[in-house]
Amino acid sequence: MDSNKQRKDPRFKIAVKEAWIGIGLVLFNFAWWFGFAYGPLGSRSVENYQFILGLPAWFFYSCVAGFIVMAILVILAVKLFFKDVSFDDEEEGEAEIK
Amino acid sequence: MNWQVVTPIIIFLVLIFIIGFWASKKMNSSNSFLQEYFLGGRELGGFILAMTMMATYGSASSFIGGPGVAYTQGLGWVLLAMSQVVTGYFVLMVLGKKFAIVARRYQAVTLIDFLKERYKSKWVVLLSAFSIIIFLFSAMAAQWVGGARLIESLTGISYISALFIFAISVMVYVVIGGFRAVALTDAVQGAIMFIGTLILLIAVIIAGGGIPKIISDLAAENPNLITPYGFDGKLTPLYVSSFWILVGVGVVGLPQVTVRAMSYKNSNAMHRAIIIGTIVVGTIMLGMHLIGVFARPILPGIEVGDTVMPLIALKVLPPWLAGIVLAAPMAAIMSTVDSLLLLVSSAVVKDVYINYIRPNASEGTIKKMSFGVTTVLGILVFLMAISPPDLLIWLNLFSFGGLEAAFIWPVVLGLYWQRGNKFGAITSMLAGTGSYIFIHLYFPNPFGMHTVTLPIVLSFIVFIAVSLLTGKKVENQISLLS
Repeated sequence: MDSNKQRKDPRFKIAVKEAWIGIGLVLFNFAWWFGFAYGPLGSRSVENYQFILGLPAWFFYSCVAGFIVMAILVILAVKLFFKDVSFDDEEEGEAEIK
Repeated sequence: MNWQVVTPIIIFLVLIFIIGFWASKKMNSSNSFLQEYFLGGRELGGFILAMTMMATYGSASSFIGGPGVAYTQGLGWVLLAMSQVVTGYFVLMVLGKKFAIVARRYQAVTLIDFLKERYKSKWVVLLSAFSIIIFLFSAMAAQWVGGARLIESLTGISYISALFIFAISVMVYVVIGGFRAVALTDAVQGAIMFIGTLILLIAVIIAGGGIPKIISDLAAENPNLITPYGFDGKLTPLYVSSFWILVGVGVVGLPQVTVRAMSYKNSNAMHRAIIIGTIVVGTIMLGMHLIGVFARPILPGIEVGDTVMPLIALKVLPPWLAGIVLAAPMAAIMSTVDSLLLLVSSAVVKDVYINYIRPNASEGTIKKMSFGVTTVLGILVFLMAISPPDLLIWLNLFSFGGLEAAFIWPVVLGLYWQRGNKFGAITSMLAGTGSYIFIHLYFPNPFGMHTVTLPIVLSFIVFIAVSLLTGKKVENQISLLS
């Protein structure tokens, strides 16, 4: 494998970073979803449930707030960290010649 | 027949028909026919990309089956369904720009084109084409049955006539318009799914007397309905969590979804699609499954889960509005079926016929073949759906998890792990799908997890191990990837 000798395409570095952001978001999403659903809010007996907007608190935080939080995080991640790259090889080649 | 309900659905079918027809006129003659027909010339913008991914993935199960189970299980099933929010961002982020760039370099039109160039192996291609044709053909037939049953139940016409109407409306625009027509109609269908969900959710909350009233009615009937554990307390955290693989991250391995990740125009379209897709998928999944749960106090005692969604719409909405809302499950089914039909057709024409039977077929022949194969496949599905053979129903059970277990690692590791090779890919596909079928038949839901979990882990281990063991045999052919 002499991948080191070959010129690394800088766009792939961006792509790999963005893929890791995706994995990070999924892990966070899962932790939030799981924690509120099966943590203290959801696992207590129904008589002791708290309610928010009429929904059981575990459900409100895990599914409703969780969805809104994820939507905001996804927007922030895309706006702050995702970079515009060209998908065509030729254009990039020309740019380099110049 | 209730004309007030049926009229909006007929208008919907005609609208889809017109859009499909219009899209076929827009075919860009500067591109090669194959790129145009099977990939829409890689010109999708952000909104259409988000909608076609969501609508292809969201099928009869999101609109009919899912709410039916939620009706029985309560909020625990909505919790489970929310694992699907990740499909909105994960697929595009993980395959992402690397897949888009590499697919362009390889000039890949289908997922299998990508695998073919990546692994340089005839067996990878044939195995992939075979599993796509078999599994997705049966998945498609199952969706057609669902679509026809829905028309049958709404209009009261016979099953065969309903199937015929459904088949004609889908086939015409797929055959003449290809991917562009599929994506455009998906966008309209996706919008109808989104709006229909919101209308019905609001109407159900009002009819039930507000959320606090509905929740206390549910708790009075059975307190388990408002816990995360299901109506009988049997939804364990591990079981529900394992759906994050089946309907969450594993979706990255579904060919009908993956192919869309190489169809977009530029990185801006991808960015927009991630945002729109997440919001739309989340709203539909949360809304539709909540509708199923909230329907329970309003319409108690429904026996057949699949009828919950149509019955509640007819109960809480004026007939004409119910017709519009019921176009949503119709749209969900059509938008899945059209993508599957085109994908199976591309596997036959591009991946098998052009690759191995007639590599130098002329543009005209390819054109005739593409139209012809798509039509023949459509007719075959129609005939199968008239009275579905047991084999087909059996195969459909494996189509989702079986394809995920086959493709997830050859695609994802193929993209990011240079040392992955054809031996790893072939054994991983066989191990994934094989173990999925085996476990499904003999040890369903092992250790309390969904069946798909172990095959995904196994195919990962096999891919890595075999690639490392055979590493020296395969000359590095993937300089294009670095």
